[in-house]
Amino acid sequence: MDHLVTARSMFGMTMGFHIIFATIGVGLPLMMLLAELLYQRKKDLDYVIMAKRWTKTFGILLGVGIPTGTIAGLQLSLLWPGFMKVIGEVMALPFQIEIYAFFIEALFMSIYVYAAERIPPWARISSLILVAIGALASAILITNVHAFEGTPQGFRMDDGQITDVDPWKAFFNPTFFVSAGHVAMSAYTTGAFVVAAVSAFKMLKQPVGSRIFQFHQKALILSISVGAVFSLLTALNGHESAQKLYEYQPEKLAAAEGLFETQSHAPLAIGGFTDKENREITGAIEIPWALSFLAGNSFDTVVTGLNDFPEEYWPPLYVHTLFNAMVGIGSFLILLSFASLAWKFLLKKERFPKFIMWIFVASGPLAIASIEFGWIFACTGRQPWTIYRQLSTADSVTTSGNLPLLFFSFMIIYIILGVTVALVLIYYFRKNTVLKDLNAAKEKEIPLFGSNS
Amino acid sequence: MTDSLLAITVLWGFVFIYAIMATMDFGAGFWSMVYINKEKTRATNIANRYLSPTWEVTNTFIVAIVVAVYSLFPKAAYTLGTVLLIPGSIILLLLAIRSAFLVFSNIVEEYRKPLTYISGITGMLIPGILLSVLPITHGGFVDFNDGKQSLDLVGLFSSPNEYAFFGFALSSTLFLSSLLLADYSNVSNEPKAYRLYRRDAIILGPISLLMAVFIMLTLKQDAHWIYVKMMDDLNLLLLSLFFFLLGGAGLYLPSRKNKEIKGMPRLAIVSITIQYLMASYVYGKAHLPYIVYPEVTITSSFTSPSSFHAIFATYIAAFIILVPGFYFFWRLFMHDKKYLQQKATKK
Repeated sequence: MDHLVTARSMFGMTMGFHIIFATIGVGLPLMMLLAELLYQRKKDLDYVIMAKRWTKTFGILLGVGIPTGTIAGLQLSLLWPGFMKVIGEVMALPFQIEIYAFFIEALFMSIYVYAAERIPPWARISSLILVAIGALASAILITNVHAFEGTPQGFRMDDGQITDVDPWKAFFNPTFFVSAGHVAMSAYTTGAFVVAAVSAFKMLKQPVGSRIFQFHQKALILSISVGAVFSLLTALNGHESAQKLYEYQPEKLAAAEGLFETQSHAPLAIGGFTDKENREITGAIEIPWALSFLAGNSFDTVVTGLNDFPEEYWPPLYVHTLFNAMVGIGSFLILLSFASLAWKFLLKKERFPKFIMWIFVASGPLAIASIEFGWIFACTGRQPWTIYRQLSTADSVTTSGNLPLLFFSFMIIYIILGVTVALVLIYYFRKNTVLKDLNAAKEKEIPLFGSNS
Repeated sequence: MTDSLLAITVLWGFVFIYAIMATMDFGAGFWSMVYINKEKTRATNIANRYLSPTWEVTNTFIVAIVVAVYSLFPKAAYTLGTVLLIPGSIILLLLAIRSAFLVFSNIVEEYRKPLTYISGITGMLIPGILLSVLPITHGGFVDFNDGKQSLDLVGLFSSPNEYAFFGFALSSTLFLSSLLLADYSNVSNEPKAYRLYRRDAIILGPISLLMAVFIMLTLKQDAHWIYVKMMDDLNLLLLSLFFFLLGGAGLYLPSRKNKEIKGMPRLAIVSITIQYLMASYVYGKAHLPYIVYPEVTITSSFTSPSSFHAIFATYIAAFIILVPGFYFFWRLFMHDKKYLQQKATKK
């Protein structure tokens, strides 16, 4: 493999592994908080048990999320020193502020878990709110760096010399809010569907209507409701993201949609493959005029095609497929959650059919897959640049060798961590069943959170 | 004080705080492994009680340092990022295993021992490699050839100076953490654990001091420039030695509060921290103005003034916001008798 591809694969592998834990790490605290609040309202102990079990899961996942996040943060400097030299000078603020968010999350996570019984309930809930805010803020801030890479501003670059730096202008770059919103909403969606998947799976293993079944059903309904709200918000925000692409990175939008000819009344291509040789898209379902409308809210909107860009500025064309997969899964999750809520609350059906339950089980992995597709799309779609039209990926990479050896070392570590964390989760929840927690909760003397530490 | 000097002082402050917290963190992980079979002394228990709530906070500091380097001195980050690819990656690999298995060992009781061994041993190697960054910045093993930089790994690992730093990192980690845990056991009313950790500190203190002397002797050969500049502050080094002796006395003097216990661990840990503070001040001051000798200085690698002012403003804001959080945290885990003197073993 050539040096640049190895470096990209290595960083891609780190991020691909880390974002699973990071995304759930943003999504789960919200679920924990909602469960705690529901308990305060309904005084139903099941919700405390939920919060407790999710907290445990969160704690175990942090065991991988924190070190892989540390790797991601440091690997940026090790693999992409050319990039970090520019980022350090222009766009250091989000990294700096992210550190403070990490501190808030780490401090109050420990307080929430290890001091639960020694602090009053309001302090416990406040700690959890701070954990959730810390997790969300770190996701938003790191996305800000990503947004800057696509829509840089606040500096000038002449022959590699950086001048006229305005760090806050760079911080509030044009796509900051829309990109950060997308990551936040999709993380909440993913967290919710991961919970839904586990709950549905557990329900399938239990006799219908049993105590444990009811417990998981409560979790399932809560998670689908959260999933419905946030999957819809993700889509609305995604629409705005596409319009920002139209405005700021037209070749990325053209590649995402497989559009070669610049035109008004441009069609939206769903599925199919982009053919680089003949400069056309094959096998796609085309919705006439739809792309123009999506891009600029009018059918007359002229969408620039790839032909109007020099070929060396083209992102890899397979991003079309990634983009479709992300949008497809997202839309499916909206449909799934709203249809099942309608089934439950409008049609007043007591139970979901078995095949729907299995679809719920699939929804968690699908949501994670969608995150992965979306992220790979967002980063490969920006190629050949690390900072759009300012710094190329080739100029960012390290000049040191030995990358293949390191690549395999990190791969082995991720495999070890991935397998172990799965085993640890299985082991722990097999030993600490819901039933055990239910019994513990009844006997008030045993502090429920005590078993957390 | 110029902006770049202010910036390097802040960075040095972060490094020092992390150095102290990390030695305690990695050391506590190691002691919890060493004493895992001596259940009656509760030494492992004490180590875990300190470690469980703090490791995440400690870990955040290492990210904070790296971020501070590239935000304050982006051009130095370029050189450091390039030459530290291999050692940096090794640190990351070890850190990943260490943190993950530390968490896992607290969850999976049946496999607690093997998991603790993995996290204890990988954790002990990290300070050694972290401190190897210092001899690298002395410049002897970095080749600057027409704008390109590379690290001479073979040269580095065949230098006695590197091993002096490595050994110093290991012994200091064990020394500082045993002192902290002695104090922590004392506050937690665990006399058996206290006696163990006090004994360890008494053994490791002189070893650490010897290692520091070994560093100075090898520095004289490998990086004469910094040796000479450190010797300019010989008075401070001697003062640092005085605090070492005071710390040692703290371990032998009879306790004022508790007649049964020998030593004043709080006095010891405070004096030894001051000792390290002074010594690292002398080292840091001698290192200036170079970040990587002789090419990268604090002025040549400094960020743009507008960025520096923006970052500094966030430091002040963060300090105001975070200090109450740290205080609350400290009160709950370092000061609360209910937490420290819990009798039931933690699940």
